[in-house]
Amino acid sequence: MTPTRFHLRCLKAVFLLGLAASIGVCAADRDGDWPMPARDFANTRYAPLADINTANVGTLRQASTFSTGVSRGHEAAPIVVGDTMYVVTPYPNIVYALDLSKPALPLRWKFEPKPDPFAQGVACCDVVNLGLAVADGKVFVNTLDNQTIALNASDGKELWRFRSADPRSGEPRTMAPLVVKGRVLIGNDGSAFGVRGWLIALDLASGKELWRAYSTGPDREVLIGPEYKPFYAKDRGTDLGVATWPQGAWKIGGGTVSGWLSFDPDLGLVYYGTANPAPWNAEQRPGDNKFTSGVFARDIATGRARWFYQVSPHDRFHYEATNENILVDLQLPGGTRRALLHPDRNGYLYVFDRLTGEVLSATPFVRITTSTGVDLRTGELRYAPEKLPRANIVVRGICPSSAGGKNWQPSAWSPATRLLYIPHQNLCQDEEVMATSFIAGTPYMGAIIKMKTGPGSGNRGRVTAWDPVAGRAAWTVDEDFPVWSGALATAGDLVFYGTMDGWFKAVDAKSGKLLWRFKTESGIVGQPVAYRGPDGKEYIAVLSGVGGWAGSIAFDDIDARDGSAAGGFAGAIGDLKLRTAKGGKLHVFALP
Amino acid sequence: MCSHSLEVGIVLCTTLLVAACEREMRNFDPVPEGAQVGGSSGAAMVSHYERNAHALATGKRLWTWYNCGGCHANGGGGASGPALMDAQWLYGWDAASIYQSIADGRANGMPAYRGRIPEDQLWQLAAYVRSLSGLAPQDGAPNRDDALLTRTPESFSDKQNPERAQPSAATGQR
Repeated sequence: MTPTRFHLRCLKAVFLLGLAASIGVCAADRDGDWPMPARDFANTRYAPLADINTANVGTLRQASTFSTGVSRGHEAAPIVVGDTMYVVTPYPNIVYALDLSKPALPLRWKFEPKPDPFAQGVACCDVVNLGLAVADGKVFVNTLDNQTIALNASDGKELWRFRSADPRSGEPRTMAPLVVKGRVLIGNDGSAFGVRGWLIALDLASGKELWRAYSTGPDREVLIGPEYKPFYAKDRGTDLGVATWPQGAWKIGGGTVSGWLSFDPDLGLVYYGTANPAPWNAEQRPGDNKFTSGVFARDIATGRARWFYQVSPHDRFHYEATNENILVDLQLPGGTRRALLHPDRNGYLYVFDRLTGEVLSATPFVRITTSTGVDLRTGELRYAPEKLPRANIVVRGICPSSAGGKNWQPSAWSPATRLLYIPHQNLCQDEEVMATSFIAGTPYMGAIIKMKTGPGSGNRGRVTAWDPVAGRAAWTVDEDFPVWSGALATAGDLVFYGTMDGWFKAVDAKSGKLLWRFKTESGIVGQPVAYRGPDGKEYIAVLSGVGGWAGSIAFDDIDARDGSAAGGFAGAIGDLKLRTAKGGKLHVFALP
Repeated sequence: MCSHSLEVGIVLCTTLLVAACEREMRNFDPVPEGAQVGGSSGAAMVSHYERNAHALATGKRLWTWYNCGGCHANGGGGASGPALMDAQWLYGWDAASIYQSIADGRANGMPAYRGRIPEDQLWQLAAYVRSLSGLAPQDGAPNRDDALLTRTPESFSDKQNPERAQPSAATGQR
């Protein structure tokens, strides 16, 4: 499709709907596209489309489907640019390009990267893929065996490959790349295996490595220099990536970059969280374990760190800090702040000043027993002494669980309601840590966990609409199972999400009232998206296919009679086996 | 006092000898020369370790030491590696096949431990893995956990009827 054609169609759609306000957006940057998993650099997951809205969503129906032929956890977002939709499956990471101009969505092309099957064994939390990205006429996809591959978007022809590590080292790759200013940003996974974390910028045209920023080690490898100005004294110093570890432990210290990346074009800064320190057993790594379980701001041009805030210093509970960072401007007492919203696994919703790294507020959005608050003056997380994990002692009632108040499942921000829609879980756990040895290519953990239902009426999941200015929930919706899907917010004042037992739901963004639901064959752990098709109509799309850390309970190779199975989820949601079945399918919805 | 102790000792000794001497026997010899996987001597190795509570208990300890539980879960319920307490076996459930999986690894993500740990420990691990699904004799299987209990103890496990599963990444079987 040519830009001119799209422009005309876009104008036509706008004219018909009378959405004059959208004209500027349409003409400038194709408001109907969904080019990356979070839709935009700010990670809002907000679609400025209102054809489907609170008044008519009740009539939404399934318009088309496509089976992926794979049946592990489908966590990816379908990506739409122009008249093509791109879908990447979990391992074996097949890429499909579907023609949106025909109702049956026929295949334009298919690409099979054939990853090394060994990588399946080192993927801690199912063989998922968080999605591909499309930019500059190219598709960028990560494979489980640590490859980043660039494809020609029009025909699927391979342009280049970048490979970082043999999966036998314990390193897989599941995160979604972010394409910014001619760079493809990627991060590694494998903190559970003692893999040392990094963020790499690749040249978009050639796939050559431009810079690499480690999460542990000496300043020169973490890319820390004079421009590094963390807000709090606790994050300042020289070679903290070495000094805050037992001797040499930073080399096998985790801090991988397995979650979401955000970018502020005005500041030229990329934001992301680092994963947990290794091993899980914190007794074996006295010190703060910099720069794990914290948030980095880095200069996109050089990769050099601007600030860092360690969310969970000396991470006791495998909380990590890899959850999404949503970049929004907030009206706070004292004026407009360029904020960064970070709903962390440790249970607090952090509001940062994204210029400086100052924590403006940190408010619990779930029940927390592992800490008593965040000191905004020093930035210190106040751990609760009674939940200190010690070797060979069972600590009960750890809330939230190690999967966090929320996990990878991304929130959505609506600029209309000014609310953050957080899909999450309501789980606690019992845990015992013990001494563990580093054996390359095997898990480096030393912990047994068994999760259980959190406080309340037995619901194990929840969607919370959070007001970051007021610091409280505007509304919540309880769900039986953890809400392991992403959230989508639209200009139609709707919020979409899926459940692990296979309901795809639309609720009123202002009240949380259920307005529509649809049952899929398999549970939903994917990221819903909204786009405008070549016919000018709005569509909603999501992948079904249960899986992921929580959803792997549904697989034949997990036996839920062991409460520690599926990383401890069997203790809390073993009944999922009876409520859904594995699958893998794209669902597209439209108004009649 | 003395003679009373002696009496008790004799009774205890006799009881142990009669009832459970093989169960409690500790073999400190290395693996016999020429023991081959799959051969008749392999089968001898199986009975040697599986009927021995000490070997099974050692296997359980090694399971933790060598990070088996990190992938297969503490009680063998599975995570990034498949469950080992159920009836589904991709590569065979006899001790020789399990030994081979541990020693040489498998293509879908099982690392090879041969050369990293002593030979007799490989057999102890194989024997313990069988006890997870009740395939080892229950009188020798571990019946308590030192750590957080996450499942019914191995000695109380219902024996699963093992069957061969097809390895296929796309269908959720590894």
